[in-house]
Amino acid sequence: MTEPTVRTAERVDLLTAETSEGAQELRRRRDTQTDELGRELGAVLRVNGLNIDPNSIDYERRDDETMIINMGPSHPSTHGVLRLMLELDGEFVLRTKPVIGYLHTGMEKTGEDLSYVQGGTNVTRMDYLSPVINELSYSMAVETLLGIEVPERAVWIRMMMSELNRMSSHLVWMATNGMDLGSTSMMIYGLRERELILAFFEKTAGLRMNLNYVRPGGVAADLPDGWQDDVQVICDTIYERTFEYDQLLTGQPIFRQRMIGVAPITAEEALALSVTGPLLRSTGVAWDLRRTMPYLAYDQVEFDVIVGTYGDNFDRYAIRLNEIRESIRIVRQCIDMMPRGDYRSQDPKVTPPPRARIGESMEALIHHFKLFTEGFHVPVGEVYSAVESPRGEIGCYIVSDGGPKPYRIHVRGPSFVNLQAVSLLMRGGSMSDTITVISTIDPVMGEVDR
Amino acid sequence: MDARSTRGGKGGNTEVISLSPLAPPGVVTSDALACDVACFPTRDQYFALVESFKNDGFELCSDVCGVDYLEHMDRPLPEGVVGTRFEVVTNLLSLSKKQRVRIRVQAGDEEPEVASLFALYPGSEALERETFDMFGILFSGHPDLTRILMPEEWEGHPLRKDYGTGRVPVQFKEAPGPR
Amino acid sequence: MGLEDLQHNFLTGQLEDLVRWARRASVWPASFGLACCAIEMMSAGAADFDLARFGMEVFRNSPRQADLMIVAGRVSQKMAPVLRQVYDQMMEPKWVISMGVCASSGGMFNNYAIVQGVDQIVPVDVYAPGCPPSPETLMHAILTLHEQIRTGEILQRRQSGEPTHLDAHQNLWTPEVPVAVRVGTPK
Repeated sequence: MTEPTVRTAERVDLLTAETSEGAQELRRRRDTQTDELGRELGAVLRVNGLNIDPNSIDYERRDDETMIINMGPSHPSTHGVLRLMLELDGEFVLRTKPVIGYLHTGMEKTGEDLSYVQGGTNVTRMDYLSPVINELSYSMAVETLLGIEVPERAVWIRMMMSELNRMSSHLVWMATNGMDLGSTSMMIYGLRERELILAFFEKTAGLRMNLNYVRPGGVAADLPDGWQDDVQVICDTIYERTFEYDQLLTGQPIFRQRMIGVAPITAEEALALSVTGPLLRSTGVAWDLRRTMPYLAYDQVEFDVIVGTYGDNFDRYAIRLNEIRESIRIVRQCIDMMPRGDYRSQDPKVTPPPRARIGESMEALIHHFKLFTEGFHVPVGEVYSAVESPRGEIGCYIVSDGGPKPYRIHVRGPSFVNLQAVSLLMRGGSMSDTITVISTIDPVMGEVDR
Repeated sequence: MDARSTRGGKGGNTEVISLSPLAPPGVVTSDALACDVACFPTRDQYFALVESFKNDGFELCSDVCGVDYLEHMDRPLPEGVVGTRFEVVTNLLSLSKKQRVRIRVQAGDEEPEVASLFALYPGSEALERETFDMFGILFSGHPDLTRILMPEEWEGHPLRKDYGTGRVPVQFKEAPGPR
Repeated sequence: MGLEDLQHNFLTGQLEDLVRWARRASVWPASFGLACCAIEMMSAGAADFDLARFGMEVFRNSPRQADLMIVAGRVSQKMAPVLRQVYDQMMEPKWVISMGVCASSGGMFNNYAIVQGVDQIVPVDVYAPGCPPSPETLMHAILTLHEQIRTGEILQRRQSGEPTHLDAHQNLWTPEVPVAVRVGTPK
């Protein structure tokens, strides 16, 4: 048995209990300037022309009357590794500051080392609850740069998989939201329904999550035989179950008390904070990229855009529940209207020749070789392409220098921008409301930190 | 201003929209992929240009990001625009007119700095902090310009081209070369 | 038949077996879900792949009450001290499963931001590969851990005092545990 080792002085910094992030943290009141306090009290108001009266800022309040506590980054009620610093007066929240970066993966840097086909594997892991939609925004950006068209069938397959992904993401949201509010059975129900969708994903793409399915040029593989029956079962089952969730949650008094009227946000504030997705739609602004700036084949299917009225937590819950039903509607139309054809573009720039030709033709062999070792070259240019993810507008900005790898890839993550609303929404609420607020903003830290 | 709608990501573009009369004079515009107009203001024109767009109905600031063109300095730019190493790209969105605008401002070579959009769009706060963290581009007028993704004591700006990926060499038995 | 009908009402066995049975039958995981693997971990705890049959459905939020830390997801440089802090707060005997390739070796992210393998920070007992590992893989990893606990191999390996993952003869950094925290088996 070796000697018991003791922490050495030069290693203390590695094993230190301090996990403070210095200037990124919330500062004590006495260390904050008036401007900062005014900003915390409602910076958005200044945008609309309303000025904060300096006399209304209570910076005379002594430090021992308030308490700065730290929630996270490892905490059961946050969706991932989000660290929140709260200044509390008793049970009520005065100021909040989210500290992020605990899941920063350097994906944008890694993306510069991966070819355009491999880039999908990188982008798909950003918002890991809706991988197909990440890949879709990336693939659409690459196809815009390439200037190629995707065949009809591939477009409809992509649309169907996006909507199935939206359903599974909202089901995870229902599950975790229910769990945060105390309903563990909702957690089980949501994840149980999601398993149906994941089984179909596994049948189609080979993976349950992080499926590298939507690629520049089309999709990776055609839908399996008998997919109409599988998807029909998924739609019917989940549609029935959404009414069970209504019974469980929507009318339930405790749920309603915790969600109705809590953390309202107005449309002006939401737009000033660049918020998109269900958080923006809950204020009454009917902005859904699928309807207003249609991509894929969304202009050929019928669906409603769900909009809230009060901008509170309950509206966001209702929007997501009903978006599940709308997605089911879209998927049912996809089953009926799915065209025949190729599942990927036959453009020789992105697609290798059929394998039988490789044995016959030297050019085909070389073409195949170059596509798989080096990758296809994308013309010089830059593009920003956005789609509607379950959390908001996810955009992919790609700069190409003509080579086989992107020069710069930047993903505009909706949760990253939506998290700015946290400090506004939590102001004045109680400690227990902080949990519901984070839950209904629905941040996925993978795309917040990338 | 004309009201034309953008189509999504299908490639090709509709005609370029013109700037509002409130925009600063002499801003170079061109057409670009998947947006209605791409503007190339100088650092001095940047804030006034964005303000003119905001007053013209562009309610949402979609994205602010930076690009380091160190290895691609010969990128195609319209006439009259002098490219610098760092560039800040801002995407604005108009909900009422369903239009997108891309603004590319040349931020500088050695000490890149542009004006912050916080006074116009509070939602650009986190995006500008991330651009500062990753590239070292300063935003004057930003209320809280600190690192957001990297730890506080981190040195260097990771997404710059002269900052390595930080790969750890991995030993495989028979694999030649990198990757 | 009642208890009085039993011919033999003594059970004999080794105390160690009893302790090991108790330890492996109710391993309580600490919730340390970071990224995509956390969703698969939640799925493993949910209805279709039930972890409750192993006594593990309670994910303790306080590390003081947990036995097992499943590091599910990629560990960034900013998160590494937090990981170590949570690990230090756990009471002995404690185990670590590194779930997914990002936790085991850095995964596809071989760059400045990700710790290349969580075993650089904490000693790992079982590695579960996959990106993300499906819940069946995670359960296989958990059952492997149970098997190691059942045979007592895991505690014997630590008792020998050799670091399990690094060569002690080279001057590499090994995680050091302060004396006060160790209860039971010395590392």
